[in-house]
Order: sequence, then C-alpha cells, then structure tokens
Amino acid sequence: MSAKLRLYSVVILLLAFGIGLTLYKHFALGFPLSPDDKKSLWTIEARIDFVARGDPVIVSFALPPQTPTVVFMEEDFASSDYGFSEMTSPAGRRAQWSRRTASGPQTAYYRLSMYEIDRLVHPPVAADLPPEPEKPEFDEVLKTAATTLLDQVRSRSANTEIFTRELITTLNSKAPSQNLSLLINERSSEDYKTHLIINLLALEGISARIVRGLYLEDGRRRQSLSNFVEVYIGNEWLMFNQNTGKSGKPKKLLVWQRGDQSLLDVVGGKNSQISFSIIRNVYSARDLVVHDQMNKQVGTIDFSIYSLPIEQQNAFKMILLLPIGALIVVIMRLLIGLRTSGTFMPILIALALIQTTLLTGIIIFLTVVGTGLLIRSYLSRLNLLFVARISAVIIVVIAIMASISILSNKLGLDEAMTVTFFPMIILSWTIERMSVLWEEDGPREVFIQGGGSLLTAVIAYIFMTNRTIEYLTFNFPELMLVNLALILILGQYTGYRLSELYRFHALERRNVAGKR
Amino acid sequence: MLLASAKKLRSFGIIGMNQRNFGLISRYNPRHLYPLVDDKLKTKLLAQKAGITVPQLLGTVQYQHDVRLLKAILQPYDQFVIKPVKGSGGKGILVITEHDHNLYFKPSGDAIQLADIERHVSNILSGLHSLGGKPDTVMIESLIQLDPVFSDYSYEGIPDIRIIVLRGYPIMSMLRLTTHASDGKANLHQGAVGVGVDIGTGRALHAVQYGESVAHHPDTRKTFSELAIPHWDKLLQLAAACYEMTGLGYLGADLVLDRDHGPMIIELNARPGLAIQVANRAGLAPRVAVIEAIKTVDPDVQARVAFSKQQFAFDTDVHPPRLLRTRSGDR
Repeated sequence: MSAKLRLYSVVILLLAFGIGLTLYKHFALGFPLSPDDKKSLWTIEARIDFVARGDPVIVSFALPPQTPTVVFMEEDFASSDYGFSEMTSPAGRRAQWSRRTASGPQTAYYRLSMYEIDRLVHPPVAADLPPEPEKPEFDEVLKTAATTLLDQVRSRSANTEIFTRELITTLNSKAPSQNLSLLINERSSEDYKTHLIINLLALEGISARIVRGLYLEDGRRRQSLSNFVEVYIGNEWLMFNQNTGKSGKPKKLLVWQRGDQSLLDVVGGKNSQISFSIIRNVYSARDLVVHDQMNKQVGTIDFSIYSLPIEQQNAFKMILLLPIGALIVVIMRLLIGLRTSGTFMPILIALALIQTTLLTGIIIFLTVVGTGLLIRSYLSRLNLLFVARISAVIIVVIAIMASISILSNKLGLDEAMTVTFFPMIILSWTIERMSVLWEEDGPREVFIQGGGSLLTAVIAYIFMTNRTIEYLTFNFPELMLVNLALILILGQYTGYRLSELYRFHALERRNVAGKR
Repeated sequence: MLLASAKKLRSFGIIGMNQRNFGLISRYNPRHLYPLVDDKLKTKLLAQKAGITVPQLLGTVQYQHDVRLLKAILQPYDQFVIKPVKGSGGKGILVITEHDHNLYFKPSGDAIQLADIERHVSNILSGLHSLGGKPDTVMIESLIQLDPVFSDYSYEGIPDIRIIVLRGYPIMSMLRLTTHASDGKANLHQGAVGVGVDIGTGRALHAVQYGESVAHHPDTRKTFSELAIPHWDKLLQLAAACYEMTGLGYLGADLVLDRDHGPMIIELNARPGLAIQVANRAGLAPRVAVIEAIKTVDPDVQARVAFSKQQFAFDTDVHPPRLLRTRSGDR
C-alpha cells in the first residue's frame, strides 16, 4: 500500500511540476501553446527634422515608456555626427542628441520594434499620484463662460467619469452655444483643446493629464501623435478620447508620453518637425518570445534547449519526440496487447519514417526485411556461429541498402535514397529475430509480430509528426514529466488487455450458457 | 461476439497478462531465483537432491569444439532427447526415437544424419533458442516412454501435465496433448490440445484446441470424457514440493508420466502462461484469493495437497461435468 502511495505522490509531483512550468511559461512568459500563433511586430520610425543655426545643438525627444503589455524588441538611434545619450527620469525616458556646431537641415531617427502581448498583469497601481490640481488662470470673460459650462455639465452628470465624458462631448458638439464659442472654436489646435479640457477639469477639482499616443496601422507614413486626456478616477488613471469622449485605451495605440513634458525640444535649431511611419510584420509568436527572453536572460529560458547551438537544438527536436514514441509503445503493449518484435524497435522505425516519409519508408522497410529474410534463410544452412551470423546479416543489410540507393538513383526515384536513415543494426536484429521466429513458430507468428511492429511504428509516426505535438515537446520539454507520470500510471495497470478480451471470449460464452 | 466484456471476465476471475505480471510474478517470484528454473540443468540437479524423479541425464555439451564428441556420447543410446538448457516454451527440443548406424529417426519417421544433429547442437550452443541470444549449453536426456493411459490421446509425442503452484499449493492443472498439428510438441500455440484437469480427482474437465472447445482428440478421435490421470496424488505432491525446492511462490510445474519410472518433473516455469484458464474454463483469481487468505503455509506437502484437493475439487453435484453437455449447448 505504501509503495502505491509513494508512486502516486511521485506522479502527482511530476504532473504538478510539468503542468505548472508549462502554464508559467505560457501565462507569465507569453509562450504560445500552439505553433500557429502569430504576432504583429510593429516597426515605428520617428523622424525629427529641424534647421540648425550654426550654434551648439541639443535635441531632446521623449521615448515611449516600457509597460508590461508591450515588449520592445529593438531600439535604434541614428543620426550622423551627433553624440547620443538616453536618459531616464521619473517623468519618462528621453533621447538626447547633441553636437557642438551644426547648420542647415538636420535629421535624427529613432526606430523601435515592438509587439504587444496578452499577459496576466495586475492593473498598475497608480504610483504616480496626481498633485492637487492647480486652479488655472482664466480671464474674467472666459472664466464666466467656463463656470456656466461646468454648471451645465455638472447638472447632467452623476460622477467624475460621466462628468468628463459629458464635458468632452459638449466641447465637441457640432452647434456650440455662444458661451462655448468663446472657449473653443474650429481653428483651435488639438493641443489647445487638450489643455482646455485639463484646465476645465482642474477648475472642477479633478486631476487630469495629457497623454500622447500613436495609432498602430500598417504602412502609415507621416503620422503624428494623438492627444488623449487621462483622468484620475478612484485609484486609477482613465484615458479619454478628447474628440469623442470615449473612455479606455484604444486597442492599437502605443502610449508614447504621459504628462505635460514636451515631446520634442530642440536647442540651437528652428522649424523642428516630427513625423512617424509604421510598418507591420508578422512573425511566429514563439520566435518573438524566445528572442525576447533570451535577451532578458530569464533563468528558465537561459538554461534551456534554446541556449544550445542550432544544430544541437535540431537534434533535441528529434530526441524529445522519443518519449511520445515510448508512450505509444507502452499503450500498444499494455492496453492493446499488440505483439511487437523487439520492445522499442517500432520507435526507431518511426524515427526513420519521419526522415523518409510514410509510404516510401514502409516500402523500403518491407523490401529490406523481406530480402534480408531470404538471404538469412540461406545463411542458416551454412552452420554459422551466432555472432558471426548476425554480423553477416548486418553486412547483407548494408548491401541491400546500398543497392536500393543506387538502383533508385538510376531510376530517378529520389525518395528511395533516404534508405540510409534506417538504423542498420536494428534492422539486422529484426531480420535475425524474425528468421528464428519463422523457424520456430512458423510464418504466422512472423506476420503477427512484424505487423504489430509496423502498426505501432506507423501510429508512433503519426503522433510524432503532428505539428502541435512536435511544437509542444520541443518548446515545453517539461511536458516530458507529464508523459513520465502517465507511463508510471500505466505501469500500474493490471486490467485486461484488448487482445485478452478476444483471447478469452470463448470463456464468456461458456458462462452465458452455464447460467441457463 | 468477438470481444468479451472486461466486466464479465473479471466476474469469472480471469487473470490477464498485466495482472499476472504485477500481482503474481513480481509479487511471489524474487528475481534472483529465476536462474534456478531458467537453467534446466540446475533445476534437474536441484530436483535430484530433493529426491524428485527427473529424466536421466545422458550427457551435456558446453563448448563448440565438443560437438565432435557428440557421436561418442550418443553411441550407446537408441533413444534420446536433445534440449537447450536455457530454452523456453519447448524451443529447440529434438527428439530421436530410433538410431540406425548413421541415421537418426524423429517421432514423425523423418530420418536425419549426425551432421544435422551436430548443426542443431551448434545452433543451441550459439544461443539460438536462449533468451537474448546468450550462449547456451546442450543437455541430452533419456527419452520418456509414453504411458499406455495416454496412448489413445496423443500423437507422435509425450503429453505433459502443467500444474500451477501458488505458495506451495496446487491451484489449477492442465494436460497438454500432442497432435499432428503441433508436430508432436506439447505446445498450445502450435496446436496441442489443452485439457483442464480436476485438481480433486485428476479427471478431464474440458478440452480446447486453438482456444476453441473440442470434445475428442483431433487425430485419435477419442473423447476426453473418460480420461483420468493415474498417480494423480503423486503428481500433485511432486508439483507442490517444487515450492520448497525453488522458493518460487508462483510457478508452473511441467510433469510427465513415464511408463517405467512413473511421474517425473521435466521443467519448471517461473512465468507460466494463462492458457490454462481457457482449458479449465475457469479463472485463476478466486483460487489465488483462497491461497492468499492462508496465513501460514503448511510445511507438510501432503497436507497442502489435501487442502487443494478439497478446495478446488470440481463439484459434480452442483454442475454436471461440462464434457457431458454437448457443444451445441454452448453455441
């Protein structure tokens, strides 16, 4: 009993560890569970143009903040002859280009490759608690208009969120009242509108700040940032579209800058301009994640198969499929009761089938084993000692394989040249075993065991070539522990095999008859 | 129906391969004792020491270069059996019933030459019939003489009696009869007839060939209903004594009846198969349960046999003997 308990605790431990690690990699590190997961990799280029006046030049440019839901793959800063530094402050990251003297048109580039991930993230606690809003300075006329507007809006709203939305829609109304026209008109710039909203909210005692973001759309050029208003409600910052009043962060928006700092400062230049262009590329999600985690040196990834050279990785791709084959063999033998020639010979055949493709592989296998059996039956008349005989069979197998290769090459059948992928020693053993079996138990047993081996091999092949299984075994090697747990449980199976239900079916008839 | 329902089989107490490997073999048979039964020479010496009758050993060949001596070894004998010491399932056994100068005759009447025997011996030595192809030894035994009681029930061979012994108690037995289809071998796979034998009386209960019921021997056409094995108590005692001899808790003892020397043991098996359940039309599980319920094994062989005979006797009052029912009743 205690042995059973021990086994089950080991099984549960293995299952928990295997599944737990898989889930961790999926949810926390963003590994996709399917090989077909694709992600958009956005490449954003910001181009800064200005005309230098021949004085020392300093260009300071706000960079987008890093958040848990976006991954920056690569950042590139290019500008010839400029010194460059990146600075981090509580207000955000900034890039700074500088040069002693410059004159004429100048250009600086900032390029960012990023992708978004769906990751379980705690909503960021607003660490940046807003200061108590300062009462803005309005002149008398504007102040009266503003107070009237706020009174109107307040009477129509129940809480801060509705108040903000109502205020924005009123400001954007198609037919503005006279009051409103004083505050805002059609010629007002986006920035003016943003600041007006923030000021009006401040007058009402609500903390708000400006947010600049970039809409991610494929193939766009000469884009500029869009302004949003972020309002402090409850314990969170809530984003509002300043033209529609819609709340929440739009889906395809990259937040570039928060707060009232300038986006771009140019000292020693004029006519500065900034424009963005955006390109989208689609990559396999898994490649992006592996690349990113490798860069970050996450322990579970850094000490994994990914850190091996590509050649070894490919070898492991194959090796990690073996446990799947082993599981199939265990199921076939313990649950189905199929007889195979050699316990794990079917896995090796399945591995060969992967290289040769199914039909070609089976034909080659049957040809080699069939021819081998013929020649072996002659060898058995030569009175050879055992080791000498099996060695002779190995040479015969190699000769058959060579002739198949040469013949198929001459006939222009390229597929058959893959014959070399079959394990020669294993084939020789198979031939030797089957030949002995033929002599002792007759051809029937040879066909049963040969057929059983081939069937097991084909089923193992089908599973081992399944794209999803291939992907999971390689990218989640910890699933091997789950496989191990399954095999341990199967090792305890003491019920009937499927073949025994057939073997003993005569007994059932007796007992049915006996009851009459 | 082609497949039996697992539930019904379980209710009849049929033991499957997984259950046998797990619950019987690995539980009762310590690995280190296997060589005692896998090596027939060791078994024979062990049996002789325990005073159990075995076929007489005429000679052994251990090395390839000793194959030359074969002619001299075989010279004095007309009849003999050549066996691989580590063979299993009756593999590699060569029976010679007549010897005439350079010709040796098999039971089927086929004549072979000394060179053929030498090749056979050489094959055995190089491990053709042993597990995993390990080098083997050849033993030459005296031929068992067919007891007249079986003369109507066997074809070109010697029938043997398989008795399953659990913790020293015989629990199920079967008589294996050679047929033309089995080429004179007592191997159910190859077409020998398996006859379930009542532990209580030694009488035949039911017979199968290739897993199907048969009422009479396919070659001699003799019905099995009158078949009763003589010396039954002695056979059971010999089988039961193998427990003390080998220490194996679950074993299959293969015995034969020799016309001149009576019951003797020819082979022991640490992994006896499950076909015996088909021949008996009964599952092993209920009988295993009876034996497992015993707290201490009785050291007295006769007491154990008596217990088994009383426990596992086929109750003719409750069920009419199965062979008396016609096969049409089953179909």
